[in-house]
Amino acid sequence: MWSEKLRWVNYMERGYPNYMLESIEFVKQTREKRLKEIPPLMSLEEREQILRKYHPDYREDSKRAIKVGINAGELMPNEVADLIESYPLIQPEQIDLSTIDYDVDILIIGAGGAGLTAALWALYSGVDVDRILIVTKLRLGDSNSKMSQGGIQAADCEDDSPSLHYLDVLGGGHFTNDPELVKWLVREAPMIIKWHEELGVMYDKDEEGCMVVAPGGGTCRKRMHSAKDYTGMEIVRVLMDEVRNLEIPVLEFNSAIELLMDDAGKVAGAVLWDMEKEDYSIARAKATLMATGGFGRLHVQGFATTNHYGATADGLVMANRVGTRIIDMDSVQYHPTGSSYPEQILGLLCTEKLRGRGAQPVNKYGEEFVYPLEPRDVEAAALIRECARGNGLVTPTGMPGVWLDTPLIDIFHGEGTIEKEFSAMFLKYKRFDIDMTQDPILVYPTLHFQNGGIVINERAGVVGVLGLFAAGETTGGVHGKNRLMGNSILDYCVYGRRMGIYSADYVQNANVGKLSLDHVTKYVKLLEDTGIPNRKAPILLPEYRGERTLSHALDLL
Amino acid sequence: MRGVNLEEKTETEKMVRVYIMGREFEVPATLNIVKAFEYAGYRFIRGIGCRGGYCGACATVYRFKDDYRLNFALACQKAVEDGMYLTILPFVPAEKAKYDLNKLKPRGTVLLELYPEIARCVACNTCTKACPQELEVMDYVQAAIRGDIEEVANLSFDCIQCGLCAMRCPAEIVPYNVGQLARRLYGKYIAPQAKLTYERVEEIHACVFDEELDNYIELAKEDIEQLKKIYVEREIKVG
Repeated sequence: MWSEKLRWVNYMERGYPNYMLESIEFVKQTREKRLKEIPPLMSLEEREQILRKYHPDYREDSKRAIKVGINAGELMPNEVADLIESYPLIQPEQIDLSTIDYDVDILIIGAGGAGLTAALWALYSGVDVDRILIVTKLRLGDSNSKMSQGGIQAADCEDDSPSLHYLDVLGGGHFTNDPELVKWLVREAPMIIKWHEELGVMYDKDEEGCMVVAPGGGTCRKRMHSAKDYTGMEIVRVLMDEVRNLEIPVLEFNSAIELLMDDAGKVAGAVLWDMEKEDYSIARAKATLMATGGFGRLHVQGFATTNHYGATADGLVMANRVGTRIIDMDSVQYHPTGSSYPEQILGLLCTEKLRGRGAQPVNKYGEEFVYPLEPRDVEAAALIRECARGNGLVTPTGMPGVWLDTPLIDIFHGEGTIEKEFSAMFLKYKRFDIDMTQDPILVYPTLHFQNGGIVINERAGVVGVLGLFAAGETTGGVHGKNRLMGNSILDYCVYGRRMGIYSADYVQNANVGKLSLDHVTKYVKLLEDTGIPNRKAPILLPEYRGERTLSHALDLL
Repeated sequence: MRGVNLEEKTETEKMVRVYIMGREFEVPATLNIVKAFEYAGYRFIRGIGCRGGYCGACATVYRFKDDYRLNFALACQKAVEDGMYLTILPFVPAEKAKYDLNKLKPRGTVLLELYPEIARCVACNTCTKACPQELEVMDYVQAAIRGDIEEVANLSFDCIQCGLCAMRCPAEIVPYNVGQLARRLYGKYIAPQAKLTYERVEEIHACVFDEELDNYIELAKEDIEQLKKIYVEREIKVG
């Protein structure tokens, strides 16, 4: 195996155009100097200033206040506001609510980290397996959860504590988080790691069983637990395996397109749309669990994204129509380092763990311009500023970018570290003839995470709506206006688990009345009265077909 | 180094000719296979997932015009090239053993007991050649036959469960499910236990941190400036 690898290193071409190779020479020349000194951390005031001037959230005309419904007045990116102020895909009177296709206690919408975790804990909490149903518009496990690379935070090392973790979460979120939700997030983190160990998740550990931990942007301790740079995938594939072992019912390629309510005003299931057969069915449930994930595929402000194909904010659209409050949507997380080159992998994630292990952002002259591990929004703003100053490169397809000097990782930690700890990233670049152990990689901020969302309480219950629970990226409050690395996996684990446990508790004494879609009819009336133009949501999947097809597309049936 | 002009060239868009399920299309050379389908007018429901190389949904086969060889790739991670014959694979039919991990013992024979067909491996290496993650699939199937759970776990770790190995195996083995079982056995029983984590969980159950946490919650609600002060002054130890 080794000789194969060496042969490849010797004969591979360097996958960059010449002008980028010239810039890489500057990066190499400054490397020794940069080994010794890095720029200082910014003060809270400096952070505030750079965010105001360069973070995309502060761009004029990028957001607007919602005009209708429970969230009227709430500021959201235009792309999200368009969905919230949208007409339903169905006309309520077309839907036959008298035939129930699936009748369950717990309906889980979404089969990513939060959905799978909730299903398992609902089962552990005593709900009969046949009284649970997971629905997903794509396949079991398809989610952003599976794509998270760098790690999961948990304060389980000797000089660390949940209290320090708590401070980091609030500081990273600029003190806009829900203080109660953060308590359970940090307090239950070590228990989640223990549960994963019992399920057989292979975390990176040394021979004594000590977790290999790394720092993340805005953390005061090294508490990032990882499984190479496949952390999310390793966790999700184990959860999937367990869901399959326990034979929890799953309905794939079925998307919830509208929540159902009963005559007492409780949420009571969903209308499902079969993505392939293009027909609908009715799922009635005592408790409905939203694990619908984020919104990266809306490409807010035209940004490329790290997100899964299905990340289209369907959950927000449906939840809004039953009267769910949605907060903190005015802040969007752009990951500082998405791939800027080559074009084929544009926008894909280059994990923060790279910087956690020593990689530095440098401009086209090989100069450092920011402390490598500021909180994500600050770091992203610094990269945008550097490119705006003309110190970044522009790719042949017109994408800006600065270097992330990855070879430093092997210099700091020994040859072979990148291939061992970042095998996913290494392969991603190798496929395009780029050897990130020898050359830096070109990066630019990319749309990564929905900071805000549905308002929940500490039991993962949706505030103000009975029968509805929510967890993971679709919710708001846990991360405030900026999430730190390693807290999204933790979020879907902690609140996915709580959602399973507390919904199981709830269904013991819950009942469902007569099903209704009156809330949808009422919302349509509100939209019409406000003069909202005709557009429909949820969108379920993004539209990427070429211009010729879109300009000639017809709906003949 | 400032002042040096690093030329930023914009190339005119180069097009390549591809054959999507037999139909000819011209698409930009900067696209990956997934985006080439979309550029041509197709909309994916099957054969698509994360679009980032982590989910295995878009694993596919392709050929070049006038070439007998079959190639394998993740469609979202492979640049289009002139003369490619492209398709999507909507689904992989595969058997998965059902088990209760708590009742299994991590002994050498457990993989053979749950997946007896691994004994049919003829060591043809077709699985390895088909793996878009460049894993040594045959080596870990052989390790599974020997009962070396740790070796299977480590060699299969980067598996994204796309299923190409199972589709190509002449012995009808499903290597990726064998790898999943081995990794869980290794993680649960063989890897050294995370003692510090278990100790910390005990401390949390004993409410060791609750007073401090509740104090911070109160400050967050009542005296945010004090909390900010504590945040700024906290010792940073990440070296």
